[in-house]
Amino acid sequence: MASDAKKVVEARGVVKNYGDFEAVRGIDFDIRAGECFGLLGPNGAGKTTTVKMLCCVLPLTGGEISVFGMSAGAHPREIKARVGVCPQENNLDPDFGARQNLLVFSRYYDLPKAEAARRADELIKRFRLEDKAGVCVEDLSGGLKRRLMVARALINDPDLVVLDEPTAGLDPQSKHQIWDEVKALKGAGKTVLLTTHNMEEAQLLCDRLIIVDLGAIIESGPPGEIVARHAADSTRPTLEDVFLKLTGKQLRE
Amino acid sequence: MIRARTSSACRATLLRNISYRLLRVWQRNFDVSRVTWKTNVLPPLLEPMLYIFAFGFGLGAYVERISFQGRTYDYVAFLAPGMVAVGVMFHSVFECMYGAFVRMRYQKTFEAILHTPLLIEDILAGEVLWGATKGLFAGTAILAVITAFGLASYPASLLILPASFAAGIMFAGFGLLFAAVSPYIDNLNLPTFLFITPMFLFSGTFFPLDGMPTWLKAVAAALPLTHLVEVTRAAAFGRLSWGLAVNFAFLAVVGLAVSYQAIKLMKGRLIK
Repeated sequence: MASDAKKVVEARGVVKNYGDFEAVRGIDFDIRAGECFGLLGPNGAGKTTTVKMLCCVLPLTGGEISVFGMSAGAHPREIKARVGVCPQENNLDPDFGARQNLLVFSRYYDLPKAEAARRADELIKRFRLEDKAGVCVEDLSGGLKRRLMVARALINDPDLVVLDEPTAGLDPQSKHQIWDEVKALKGAGKTVLLTTHNMEEAQLLCDRLIIVDLGAIIESGPPGEIVARHAADSTRPTLEDVFLKLTGKQLRE
Repeated sequence: MIRARTSSACRATLLRNISYRLLRVWQRNFDVSRVTWKTNVLPPLLEPMLYIFAFGFGLGAYVERISFQGRTYDYVAFLAPGMVAVGVMFHSVFECMYGAFVRMRYQKTFEAILHTPLLIEDILAGEVLWGATKGLFAGTAILAVITAFGLASYPASLLILPASFAAGIMFAGFGLLFAAVSPYIDNLNLPTFLFITPMFLFSGTFFPLDGMPTWLKAVAAALPLTHLVEVTRAAAFGRLSWGLAVNFAFLAVVGLAVSYQAIKLMKGRLIK
């Protein structure tokens, strides 16, 4: 594994406007090789927009993002080949079974057939989808669909795994299974970018995180340090207390 | 001047971003059609045959002979190549209208694929190629049926195959264009009513254009389907001429222009 200082992602002055609306207002952050980096914030804070820019799916309005040392704007194919993404919304192919979903996806990465089949079987096993391998995904429960989404994000054996709210709406069993998987990825030297509303999840998994609100970073650092920094404000502070303090208690959107 | 340069740079980028990877999208859609062929492939394929039976044999009993370009033909023989063209149109245009709209909006298929090494241009060009393939498939299948009825002359009728593919690209392009500009799936009823149904009726499919008023003839000549019908009928009758090159050129030029425009508009819609 590369030294701790090696940066997988460097974001500098990143701006994204949709017409007059400023979704992301000049944010800077780095993601280091092998860490789990958290992107937290209320709904509409600009998290998913940031993730999409980093994944070369949306162009930047201003600033620069480099991934693996390559500019996101100039080398989208090369970057995307090494990134695995589980977007916020499930977008599995409803006409296929679980295994076929993985196989069809593997073709987008030009994986040879035999290798694709090997990886698909391994992922089916790892995410405990064996009983459902041939079941049409329309008929899978929300938890199974989400697990399949995460499995699909790993079909290209990515160096950077991007999980956009991977455990939203999951039962505790599925949630813990995905948490274990994130830990395993870190153990295997992968870099993980995690966006979540689940503060317990962020505290448990993230080495460092940023909290964004209204398109700007309002706090950053390791979760423990962030909590300690605001510890004086509460007797038993948690990341959730800090989050609510920083982003306010009024409803968003 | 600056505007012109920007738009030509934009065109260059769009074309450069189309790679062999578009075949992956084609493969994906092909795999889906293998799963759903009973519901998605058979009915639209059988529909033109209903017309051949209803109008060709039913109406044909009353309109036995029809005069076309100085010769007379059985009505069913006149109608059959028109139905080949109609099948090509329906298959490719609807695949890229409703099919692509569903994949874009409801199944989020494009969004999923965008996270892989494919670019949006690969995805959309793959959709057009797939729509054209469905047109070729429909043209081939219906040609086989009218051949079985002895309504296609060979080898001239083999020209129907490249014509079906070229027209398939054009109709797939139109379909994707309509999908790109429709805010909701219901809006797609409008181009069906204003464009596809008129083509179905007034492109020389059911009756020769010769007898129509001059202005209507001019309208028909501008309808894309007319140019495919000209080719399929001439081929089925074994009356090939160099004049068909004009029809082929129309299909190719309009097809590429419309497909380009469709990809550009859909890209603008999806990548803000």
